[in-house]
Amino acid sequence: MMKKVMLLAAIALLAFALWPFVRDVGLAEPGELATAYLERGPAELGTANVVTSIVVSYRGFDTLGEVTVLFTATAGVGGLLARRKSGHGRKKAAERGATDASEILKTASRLLSPLLVLFGVYIFLHGHLTPGGGFQGGVIIATAVLIGLLADPEAGLAHGVMHLVEGLSGFAYVALGAVGLWFTGVQAGFLDPRFLPLGELGRLASAGAIPIIYSLVGLKVGAELTGILDAMKEDAE
Amino acid sequence: MLDGRTTLDLVIGFLGLLMILAALWSVLSKRLLSSVLLSGAVSLLASLVFLALGAPDVAMTEAAIGSALTTMVFLYSLSRMKVEQDAHEDGGAS
Repeated sequence: MMKKVMLLAAIALLAFALWPFVRDVGLAEPGELATAYLERGPAELGTANVVTSIVVSYRGFDTLGEVTVLFTATAGVGGLLARRKSGHGRKKAAERGATDASEILKTASRLLSPLLVLFGVYIFLHGHLTPGGGFQGGVIIATAVLIGLLADPEAGLAHGVMHLVEGLSGFAYVALGAVGLWFTGVQAGFLDPRFLPLGELGRLASAGAIPIIYSLVGLKVGAELTGILDAMKEDAE
Repeated sequence: MLDGRTTLDLVIGFLGLLMILAALWSVLSKRLLSSVLLSGAVSLLASLVFLALGAPDVAMTEAAIGSALTTMVFLYSLSRMKVEQDAHEDGGAS
């Protein structure tokens, strides 16, 4: 009883401490740095979506860190599960006593999966124009694969292709970052997209190399998350 | 008549209340399967809150990662736990 009262008191204290954030949400004026990003992003980089200009270019080095974290996590999951898996082979679904997916799930997944992949590609190709970008697009592609795996547990993924996509897009992403670093002038930083023409604000082919960079990030994130799902699924069998 | 700000507050408050209820239910539930599904529901409600606050990109990530992928990872772990438990029980009986 005492423990529960203490717990409730702790939760109430935490809620009280965090209350100012909730009260002032959406009211605070953007600070100096945020104002600079908001004003200079569209003009300097030609991105209609300011978040993308920050994630891909102004804070490009941080994004490299994020990509590395995701890569490390995938490699860790894959390495751990692959070692535990070796020794006993893959059992057939019938041997495990698994039941077949329902007809509704199968039909819906056949309809939904391609549309979800298309939506994911749309999200990362339009990262510089509309909300979302490489990470969001890649995650949506992974959910498309997830629906397919749910509907057909026997389905296997083409591991070779996945590793190739992941490795190549990761390499190309870092290479493009270095290109931006070396070929865009004195004030350039890592992942500066301005070595390609900026074009007209709002066009699909604009904002320098940002659509290319975000497409690479999208492919990489999609391949990595799909790999995690596939490793978990094979381990669960 | 309610102005936009008040309506937004009400929507976010309602979704937040649902989130708290789902989270509590998820923690207190005795069945692991309902705990996993309810924690996915918390993420889905959170993504609605992000959408109401005007952050569709964050909402997309939260919906896909929080409620789809994480839930599936938990479900796969759950099924693996069940398989090992069954094998253990079979071994004990024979």
